[in-house]
Amino acid sequence: MGIISKKDVEHVAKLAKLKLSKVEIDSYSKQLSEIIAFVKELEEVDTTKVKATSQTTGLENVTRKDEISSEELLAQEEALSGSEKIHNGYFVVSAVFESKDE
Amino acid sequence: MNRKMNKNMKLPKSIKETQDGLAKKKFSAVQLVDEYLTRIEKYDGKINSFLTVSDELAYKQAKNVDKKIEDMGLKAFEEYPLLGVVVAHKDLFLVKGIRTTAGSKVLEDFIPTYSATIVKRLENAGAITIGKTNCDAWAHGASGENSDFGATTNPWNTEYVPGGSSSGSAAAVAAQFSLMTTGTDTGGSIRQPANFCGVVGFKPTYGAVPRYGVIAMASSLDSVGHFGQTVEDVEKMFEITKGEDKKDSTVINVKSKSPKTKLKIGIPKEYFIDGIDPEVKKSVEEATEIFKKQGVELVSVSLPHTKYAISVYYILQPAEVSSNLGRYDGIRYGKDRTSMGAEAKRRIMLGTYMLSAGYYDAYYLKAQKVRSKIIEDFDEVFKQVDAIIAPVSPTPAFKLGEKTEDPLQMYLADILTAAANIAGIPGLAIPSGSTRKGLPLGFQLMGARFSEDVLFKLGRLYQKSINWDPKGAF
Repeated sequence: MGIISKKDVEHVAKLAKLKLSKVEIDSYSKQLSEIIAFVKELEEVDTTKVKATSQTTGLENVTRKDEISSEELLAQEEALSGSEKIHNGYFVVSAVFESKDE
Repeated sequence: MNRKMNKNMKLPKSIKETQDGLAKKKFSAVQLVDEYLTRIEKYDGKINSFLTVSDELAYKQAKNVDKKIEDMGLKAFEEYPLLGVVVAHKDLFLVKGIRTTAGSKVLEDFIPTYSATIVKRLENAGAITIGKTNCDAWAHGASGENSDFGATTNPWNTEYVPGGSSSGSAAAVAAQFSLMTTGTDTGGSIRQPANFCGVVGFKPTYGAVPRYGVIAMASSLDSVGHFGQTVEDVEKMFEITKGEDKKDSTVINVKSKSPKTKLKIGIPKEYFIDGIDPEVKKSVEEATEIFKKQGVELVSVSLPHTKYAISVYYILQPAEVSSNLGRYDGIRYGKDRTSMGAEAKRRIMLGTYMLSAGYYDAYYLKAQKVRSKIIEDFDEVFKQVDAIIAPVSPTPAFKLGEKTEDPLQMYLADILTAAANIAGIPGLAIPSGSTRKGLPLGFQLMGARFSEDVLFKLGRLYQKSINWDPKGAF
């Protein structure tokens, strides 16, 4: 059995909001286990006193003035232009909660 | 469309040839666009390097170019350094009003309402946008085969892959469908396809070029660069695209140090490991000899943590991918997550697993620490030498379908390129000949952060000493 069981795959798919078929669950369990087994080679590198690098620019807390420029405004119409599910100038989304009676 | 191919017109192979032709009225910008579009129509069916051709926009911009030359004369070229240069963008770059898919069905119908900073900078410099190029979906891949809109093929031999993920951008330059193209390089996605297609590919220092409006893959590794036929052209384009942008706080202005007169190139032994194809190795060795003849000193160097680069990369990258692709929910634009392709799902799953409760320290944090060790290696080496030379990929272009069944094998294609992204350093891939089968060969130069001018100087020196004359694939 690989490092990542089918149960793990199902759990991760739920976290990532992906729907997977049975065949996909099988193949991802195998493929992800192989990849994880490969990258585990990093365990052999001694990093006890090493600081982690999250990015390489060395920049920190970059700020600018909060100014509005008319050419950079995204009008409501433009902001909504990518969706077909619109109601009164709003995006229509699926309900997160269901009512008790249903 | 009543375009006619002009038999007397030879497509220009450089910015200089383009602008000389326009200045001397050998052709107009509109005729130039005619010519490229006709060529795309005629030959791209087999290569599939374009996802969208923006003919309307290209003609509008071309007319504008012709008018500027008429009004301003030669001064127009001073004011607009890329005037008349035909470019195509990897389909990760937002172009206002032009469909942008990232190679994924999720964004099949997505029309951006604004343009990426780099797209704007190129347009403001006088470039003409001819279309959007195919790529592995969300830039996940090393062969171009992961595009949800079909694989791109290698213009030198259509049974072979063009490399990836900037597959269409590399192929389009090799096929002369566009003079130059843009791309992104997260683990080799510019240098490797440039190498497979026999064109120049350039990955700038992380943080040199704004990424605003470019669909993100792995934010601590992504850099935005481009393709051309010559080092000189690639350098000219970089001059336009680089520099701070108030919409991207990860960009920093650093003046590249001017290169010394006497340069030293390091040959890192870890990049000439077993498994490197003999023809690839020989070609890189020949290139080093050419540098030596030109008075460049060669030194043997060591980057001991190189072998861990691919593992670091395949932790950081999928983890960041899983986060960046989290925004594609199909609510505000695009289709929902059921439209994600197999490779995107694989990377989202891998990254989500590595970042999930209990695993962060073992994978992501560990990889960030080994990342520091890899950076230290490079820092040490760049105290001794000005640049290093290495193969780009262990093999020349491979056949379509050869690696699609085995994701781990495909991931290993990034083995010689990923370290540059981990360290945030620039890399320049340069063609250097071809295999017995007629497939392109090449090498890469890597330098310290913001040492682009050193790489360009060496690249120009190389192309000058071999009398580089880009042929185009056909």
